[in-house]
Order: sequence, then C-alpha cells, then structure tokens
Amino acid sequence: MKILVPIKRVVDYNVKVRVKADGSGVDTANVKMSMNPFDEIAVEEAVRMKEKGTATEVVAVSCGISACQETLRTALALGADRAILIETDADLQPLAVAKLLKAVVADEKPDLVILGKQAIDDDANQTGQMLAALLDWPQATFASKVDLAGGIATVKREVDGGLETIEIKLPAIVTTDLRLNEPRYATLPNIMKAKKKPLTTTTPAALNVDVAPRLITLKVVEPPKRKGGGKVADVKELVAKLRNEAKVIV
Amino acid sequence: MSILVIAEHDNASLKSSTAHAVTAATKLGNDVNVLVAGHNAQGAAEAASKLAGVSKVLLADAPYLASPTAENVAATALSLLPGSYTHVVSAATGFGKNVSPRIAAKLDVAQVSEATEIVSQDTFVRPIYAGNAFATVQSKDAIKVITVRTTAFDSAGAGGNGAVETIAAAADTGLSKVTGQELTKSERPELTSARIVISGGRGLGSGENFKMLEALADKLNAALGASRAAVDAGYVPNDYQVGQTGKIVAPDLYIAIGISGAIQHLAGMKDSKVIVAINKDPEAPIFQIADYGLVGDLFELVPQLTAELG
Repeated sequence: MKILVPIKRVVDYNVKVRVKADGSGVDTANVKMSMNPFDEIAVEEAVRMKEKGTATEVVAVSCGISACQETLRTALALGADRAILIETDADLQPLAVAKLLKAVVADEKPDLVILGKQAIDDDANQTGQMLAALLDWPQATFASKVDLAGGIATVKREVDGGLETIEIKLPAIVTTDLRLNEPRYATLPNIMKAKKKPLTTTTPAALNVDVAPRLITLKVVEPPKRKGGGKVADVKELVAKLRNEAKVIV
Repeated sequence: MSILVIAEHDNASLKSSTAHAVTAATKLGNDVNVLVAGHNAQGAAEAASKLAGVSKVLLADAPYLASPTAENVAATALSLLPGSYTHVVSAATGFGKNVSPRIAAKLDVAQVSEATEIVSQDTFVRPIYAGNAFATVQSKDAIKVITVRTTAFDSAGAGGNGAVETIAAAADTGLSKVTGQELTKSERPELTSARIVISGGRGLGSGENFKMLEALADKLNAALGASRAAVDAGYVPNDYQVGQTGKIVAPDLYIAIGISGAIQHLAGMKDSKVIVAINKDPEAPIFQIADYGLVGDLFELVPQLTAELG
C-alpha cells in the first residue's frame, strides 16, 4: 500500500509574524521556516503505518519554491521513502494545490493520502477536503486515530462535541488533528541518509494545472490592539471590579 | 442575490452556529435559504424557518442523512448549485469546515475560510497566522463559498416566517458512514456560545485539579475550556481546547487560570469582552491582554474566588 503525504513549508510555529508596512502581506523574509506542524503529524502517521507493515511506501510531496526541498528532506529524514517537489513561484491557494495533488495522485496512484488539517500560515483548512472532492474520494478530516483493515479505514474524528467514528473505503483522504500522534525528531544519521533519498521535481505546467489565484488579497493589517495589562490586588477587588466596573457578573 | 446556508443540526434541533451563519448571510442578500440535510429533521427545519431573515428552508430527508457525512451533505447541496445561488455560507465549525471546501472544489471555486467581516458581496476579512494578521480578500468566482466565524456575527433572532419546502436528497454516495459517536456529556453551557468561559492551563497540574474550576463554573453558569497545553497533558478532552486549532470563543467574560498565554491560545479568546487572568508568573504573556490580572497561586485564589461569589 502506498501513502502520499503532502507537506507545506510555513513560517515556524514559534515566530511572531509582522505585517508589512505597505499592508501587502506578512513579512516572511529572513524568518525561520519549518514544516507545517499538522503535516509533521501526517508524515509520522504514514511512517508508523510503514513500520507496522500496513504501508509499503511513503511519498512526500510539496508545492512551492525550490526551498521547499529542505522541507521535503525533513520528511525524508523522518522516514518518507522519496519526495516530489512541484516547483513554482506562484502564490498557491488551496484549490490550486488540490489540483496539483490530484495530478500527482493520478500518476502515483496511492491508496491513502494523509495531510495536515490546516496550514498555520493561511489557516484555510481546505486542501484535504478539496482534494477528496476533486478525486471523488471519501474524506476523514480532523483524525485522532486511524485503523486500516481490509480496504477500509476506521477513523476517529475530532468533532465539536467530542469524537465521531467513521468508516471510509480506500482510496481515501485523511487529514490530521493534533492528537493523532506525537511526531518523532529526525536523528542525525537519518538526516544524512535523507540526503541520498530520491527527490524529483516537476512543475504545474508539466502537470497541466492552472494555478492562477482565485482570491485577491487587497490588504493585510495587524489585528486591533487589546488594551490589557490591568492588575488587581486580590480576589475581593477582582469580584468588585467584575460587578461594578465591567458589569459582567451579578 | 440568493444565499444558501448549510445548516448544522442534530435532526431534532438546529445548532446555534446556524443562527450566526444566517446573520452573515443576511448581510449578503435578502433571499436567504437554509438547507437542512437530515433524517426526520422536521424539528431542525422548523427552527431554521423561524430565524429572522430566512425566506425558505429546503429540507432533504433520507435515512443515510441521519448522521450526515461531508460527502452526502455536499452532494445534496450541489444538486441545488450552480445557477440558483450567488453565495454558499456555512459556520466555521467542525461540521462546516468539513463540508464547505468539498462544495467549493466541486464548483471549481475558491473558499473564503472563517470570514470575520463581510465588506461587500465579493470582499471579506479573514484572520491569518492565528489571528496575528487580518487579510481582506476579494473573490472573483461566480459563486462565493464562505465559512464564517460564529463569534463575529450575532445570532439571528426569532421572527422569521420562512416556508419549509421538501427537496430530494442526492443519492447516497456510499463513500463514508458514521459508525459511532462519543460526545462529551455536560450540563454546562456550550463552550462557543456561553456568556462566561473559564479555562484552565498547564498550571492546574492535573485533570483532577480541573474539579476546582468546575465548582467555580457552577457558580457562574460558565462553560469550561482549556489551553492546548492542558489538552496535550491529558487533563481534559480535546473538545475543551480554546485556540487557533481548537475552538474560537468570544464570551462576555473569559477567565484564564494557570494559562501562560501562548499565541495559539490567545488566537482563540482575545476577542472576549472582559478577560481575567490568574497566574503565579507576573511576566506571563496572558497579563498583557487581560483587563484584570491577578498574580498568585491559583490553588489559593480559585477557591477564594468561588467562595467570594457565593
């Protein structure tokens, strides 16, 4: 069984982003970049499936500038077997990425695609569902447990009120939630080995996919600043303020 | 301009998120239709028809829609599209986030995720980078598919008098089926719609210590939430999580207890009207956004607070 794991290179989780002065976007120059955390969970899940013998091959794929090769090397160091970069300088939006991935799926014919539920830069939470729609495959989003048996995936999903269990027929799309697993760290020997694993490059044009953006960003602004920093001395003062000043309790 | 709202419901009743989505829809046009895809969902359909601004409810009934999957809800929604509607609106809840992109991709249009403001028919404001920036985006697609952040739009009130029209459900896609649900049982208000929310963080030290917050929550009729750190540590279930990757809340009063205030947590609660923080570390980032900060040992202060409210 082959698993495809799409991954995205994003501004690192710990970086506090700054909006550019001209309002055109967020400043990503000279900022630490990493693999989207939800995608790390996707890579981990796929690698565990391979280690258990359920999967035979894990292929990582990323779409974007040539620096995404670094992110793919990280996936290879975590245990993916080979990697594909769809190289482009274009501003890729989720629908375009889903179309690129659909083309890769047509070529690679995986049984399962595991990807992060959302990227922490655009917070769109769309690509997995869109890919499932374009392929007419079932989708199990926000997965916290995945079991594979007899061509069926049984997936526990995080829903608003708790957990939901669904059964989907393979081939299928799974998107990861936080509690699916705890990703490993890449060891130095594995980072060295990853340098020798195959990484091929293609382009949107070669895949015959139109990646023109559908949404135009008119401006990007900082969120309104909250006036915080007020302190109270004790519980009595807190309750008095909540009652008489803020008037949020009776 | 006709707007299709995808309802979230449990057949018998309508989820409150739908009433927020309806308000957003009324800002886009005056013919707001609500799709209720379910089984024996007359109750949910009637509730939707009474929301102010709803002109028509479309009720699709089929046994396989009793616990509706994204595949089947999208298929029924798509049977109404394209042609009749300029916009498809869902609440940005677990349900809406699951279904809506599937509809957008099938229509070959972009989705605008988690809009917090409707600027015009085709222009929306949405948070990016965990709410550390807000982007104004314009959609050039023929049909605009959007999910809306429920806390950014008021709940539609009563006073609607929409007709309930039965429509044919799309055939079962057979791709997916719901086989079980484990819902957290709680007598407390729902986290995303509660007027007061009390959240605990890693400072609580254990799941057992969350009981202390329950006593306080009972006094205030508050919902209970948690930071991602507390969820990761296994103190409480994941559906308690407030933050970028959990629930977004904006209650009148948010009390953060033993929470340091990581960016990803702040993204989920900083629109609350009044924020109280209790933490032993005076340098904790949560104090920078708190209206009332109380520095000290939560194990002493929380019982005091509970007693003081008695």
